[in-house]
Amino acid sequence: MATFGNGRRVAIVAGVRTPFAKAGTALKSISAIDLGKLCVAELLQRTNLDGKEVQALVFGTVIPSVLAPNIAREVSLLPLLPKGVQAFSVSRACASANQAITDAADQIALGHLDVAIAGGSESLSNIPILHAQGFAEALVLASKAKSFPARLKALARIRPKDLVPVTPAIAEPSTGETMGQSGEKMAKLNAIAREEQDHFALRSHRLAAAGTADGRLTAEIMPVYVPPKFDSVLASDNGIREDSSYEQLAALKPVFDRKYGSVTAGNSSPLTDGGACVLLMNEEKARALGYPPLGIIRSYAYAALDPGEQLLQAPVLAAPVALKRAGLSLKDIDLIEMHEAFAAQVLSNLKGFESKWWAERAGFSQPVGEVDRAKLNVMGGSIAIGHPFGATGARITTTLLNELRRRGGQFGLMTVCAAGGMGFAMVVERTR
Amino acid sequence: MSSTSEVTIGGLVGTRWKPALSVEVTDGIAIITFDLPNESVNKLSRAVKDEFVALVSRLERDTTVHAAVFISGKPDVWIAGADIEEFLALKTATDAERLSRDGQMLLDSVERLRIPIIAAIHGACLGGGLETALACRYRIATDHPKTILGLPEVQLGLIPGAGGTQRLPRRIGLTNALDLILTGKNVRGKKALQLGLIDELVHPSILRTVAIQRAHEVAEGRRKSERHSGGVKGFFLDGNPAGRTIVLRKAREQTLAKSRGHYPALIAAIDVIAAGYEKGVAHGYREESRRFGELAMTDVSRQLIFLFFATNELKKDPGVEPSQYPDLPVSAFEPLPVEKIGIIGAGFMGAGIASIAVMHGSLVRLKDADHGRVAKGYAAVRDVLKERLTKKQITRIQYSDYMALLGGTVDYSGFGNVDLVIEAVFEDLAVKHQVLREAEASIHPSAIFASNTSTIPIGQIAQASSRPERVIGMHFFSPVHKMPLLEVITTPDTYPQVTATVVAYGKKLGKTVIVVNDGPGFYANRILSPYINEAGILLDQGVAVDIIDKALVDFGFPVGPITLIDEVGLDVATKAGKIMAEAYPERMQPAKSIQAVVAAGRYGRKSKKGFYSYDKEGKKSDVDPSVYSVFLAPGSIPVAPSITPAAAELAARPEMPSAQIQQRTVLAMLNEAARCLSDGIIRSARDGDVGAVFGIGFPPFRGGPFRYMDALGIKIVVQRLEDLNARFPGRFEPAELLLDMARRNQSFYADEHG
Repeated sequence: MATFGNGRRVAIVAGVRTPFAKAGTALKSISAIDLGKLCVAELLQRTNLDGKEVQALVFGTVIPSVLAPNIAREVSLLPLLPKGVQAFSVSRACASANQAITDAADQIALGHLDVAIAGGSESLSNIPILHAQGFAEALVLASKAKSFPARLKALARIRPKDLVPVTPAIAEPSTGETMGQSGEKMAKLNAIAREEQDHFALRSHRLAAAGTADGRLTAEIMPVYVPPKFDSVLASDNGIREDSSYEQLAALKPVFDRKYGSVTAGNSSPLTDGGACVLLMNEEKARALGYPPLGIIRSYAYAALDPGEQLLQAPVLAAPVALKRAGLSLKDIDLIEMHEAFAAQVLSNLKGFESKWWAERAGFSQPVGEVDRAKLNVMGGSIAIGHPFGATGARITTTLLNELRRRGGQFGLMTVCAAGGMGFAMVVERTR
Repeated sequence: MSSTSEVTIGGLVGTRWKPALSVEVTDGIAIITFDLPNESVNKLSRAVKDEFVALVSRLERDTTVHAAVFISGKPDVWIAGADIEEFLALKTATDAERLSRDGQMLLDSVERLRIPIIAAIHGACLGGGLETALACRYRIATDHPKTILGLPEVQLGLIPGAGGTQRLPRRIGLTNALDLILTGKNVRGKKALQLGLIDELVHPSILRTVAIQRAHEVAEGRRKSERHSGGVKGFFLDGNPAGRTIVLRKAREQTLAKSRGHYPALIAAIDVIAAGYEKGVAHGYREESRRFGELAMTDVSRQLIFLFFATNELKKDPGVEPSQYPDLPVSAFEPLPVEKIGIIGAGFMGAGIASIAVMHGSLVRLKDADHGRVAKGYAAVRDVLKERLTKKQITRIQYSDYMALLGGTVDYSGFGNVDLVIEAVFEDLAVKHQVLREAEASIHPSAIFASNTSTIPIGQIAQASSRPERVIGMHFFSPVHKMPLLEVITTPDTYPQVTATVVAYGKKLGKTVIVVNDGPGFYANRILSPYINEAGILLDQGVAVDIIDKALVDFGFPVGPITLIDEVGLDVATKAGKIMAEAYPERMQPAKSIQAVVAAGRYGRKSKKGFYSYDKEGKKSDVDPSVYSVFLAPGSIPVAPSITPAAAELAARPEMPSAQIQQRTVLAMLNEAARCLSDGIIRSARDGDVGAVFGIGFPPFRGGPFRYMDALGIKIVVQRLEDLNARFPGRFEPAELLLDMARRNQSFYADEHG
């Protein structure tokens, strides 16, 4: 990444996450703030880092708590950190943790910070349920009423339909299209067959199961002793199905287009609870404190397109920019982590990488190229592991760096698609 | 216009004398500042009293002053109470009674003063301090955690002696007053406001301003202190003579049942309060000072005051004596900071240590072999914190902060920056060695390794260490969050800085720390062992379980020895017993009965089957009669009176008077305590007394084993031991030290000698 001419490089020193749990299961009692606190506390515990070294905390979440909108500040008020740690929250849909990481990285590169924690969390078990507008208006009026009869009169406006709660949907405000419908549309536009999607989903589960079994994936996961009773422990992701078969996946009915569709619950990422974070330092500071970097951030790029077009295709626009900024091409890349919102989206993104048309849209004459599947999501991805919106970006960062180290690779590329038609790509480099 | 004048009360005597009370008059309001020179806290002494008397008479005369504010010049103390050292010097009940009378008269003059005095309270307001505040016309306290109010006199075997027994019930109602006076507990500002103990609660930064404003208002009759009626309930219980009679009778019954007559101050307090209601306040004051004088001369009070001083001394004791290490620099005795600790073993002890550590701000890494055990540890920590939360001793935010300081692991991750590791694993030397080696491989070389073993010598554990100078014992008592003692065990290899660090950390955790030398059972368990064994031998001989327990509860222990091992776990107790028997075979052979019971799989509370019966929730009830058949031959099984009186009559139970049970068990303990002193296990009789009282519940009103031996007379102790040794050869051989002291007519403490 740009070093602003001051030569400061940003190292990622460590990453930790909670296990990812399907919404409504093991972690349902824990709010996004507490999931964030859990993983940040464990990051500090595990890395043996004195909290006093930390200067800032940046955190992402997609559905913030109405009562505590600055999740980063709440997380940073952990007793393990000094109260003087400044903190802010970011929102870039499913790339929110990436936004947190790159914001922190920019501050480090600028020389404003030496040590920061960045990440994100999401609890889809604890989304705010809103009152209908009529009910909300009546409540506001009643609270302003000066007398009891006036209060009653205000409340009398409430009609039965006003009592139906409003649940936030995962839909685009600009188009009204749900995420699933967008995935479905991309499958059709890019001609991604159902079989291909199911095979990809199966691959995600198998690789994630293998990574869990051999401990590569669990190495970055902290056990969560589940409050308030602590009578259960979750130490690995609970959505990974090691026994899942192609036949089972193929038997599932499409969810978003029952008649012509191909996107099923099996080849999509599930609603998930979880938190993840990474520790970033100026490279020199990391070495001075005795923390060998997992890797440095070589470059990153964000891109966006019309959400009404192909909502999750923007990584195709971001990746070539990030590679160019890194001075690298796809063949230099040893490992790729691509966020899996839907199998259809991953396969669409991969097709886009090979497409001259998409390359030209991104302002390049040549396509990114064909991704070697042996280097792609080698421990599965969000379809199997799960996708707590605000946390995924930090998970992918940690996984990519850890696996790069295990394999002795040098460069890693990650991409994340995000609602709003946005995309993210980052190149990391393992340093010796 | 305001006029300011500086006046010193009491006059100048000599050049270095500085007054404790200074007065500044502004706008007709006298600000009285209490700031005792050369002391960290404000105490009420005779000298202060004289100053105060002079001040009151000056305020009575000075008509330019309309009201006064009484405020402290110390940062966190208003008035901590009376000067106890001065009090201890009193030789007769008459002197003590006079002290009380003087205090009463002073506060009476405060109460009747021409002008109102407003108590502006920040910090500790205890004993005579609270009595002073009660005599003021209006009370304002700060909502700061350091601001605590209470009448702790009963904890020293006394009663409030400056009118507190009369003013408090009239201020906050009889029921609440009894609760405060009989427990001696403190309340914080918020609670004090609810009780009506204070009139207003303010932030410390506006205390002075508000107090001055109120002084004007009270002086002008625009505001006055309102007494709490306590509502309907208050009227029926406290507000009429019939209700008060019932409340007092109930209090008397409960107090007698709880104190078993060992704490005369409790009954005296009730008597004195009752006297004030029956025959008027003036009579109440007379009774208060008379009983105060009597109590001041009781042995109970002297022992409790001794313990108070001993624990205060220990709070200042760094645990190391630099003169013993002439070659080491000063820095070798400075405690190192302890911010993060590792605890190995998430069982009851490990989790207990974790709970107090997080409550004192330490970052804790809790390790056990599997996630299930760590989760149980979390649950145990939660239980301790939740109890505090429920009792409103901590806030919800504190609760979640404390929980966030706890991190669980099944490997040694996160141990790299711990300052201290405390192992609380199974009591087995091989296991301890393994854990020590593993931990040393993960921790920084400067980190300290402490074992929470209760019996295994630390030197043996340290044999597996590559840096034995950093190995030490930290013996906490169960339940850790309630038991006040920490026994720190050093070996000849332990580096003094390691000791100083662990002692300082133990104090930070709120423990009373004694430093003892290494040896089987260290101190507390070593003296407990012969005591428990003797109780077991009594069982062997057919004495009923509850007869033994009752005898020792009557003696003053919180629970009897058999209940104690049921609570601790018979498996744990016998394991410790075995180690003690190996070390001291001639006098610590375990009783057959206890071994038989544990062999029958009855481990006590934890297995819901022991000497006593337990229901499904683990609630203890009577002795389980089936236990006798485990260790006694049919026909010789005793039947405790608690079963049925008819059955008791039928039983061929050995006649064993309580006194004999007490003598055999307690003398075994005393004798061993003397050996611990002469063997150099404990540094002093003081440490031995504090350790026994706070570690194993030795009756506080007896001062501890050494104070008790002094009170009995060493010659008598030796005599009784010799008598017992004649009957039971070997077990009661008097300690050399005792024989020697008896010959020389010595005592452990100087003050018992004369």
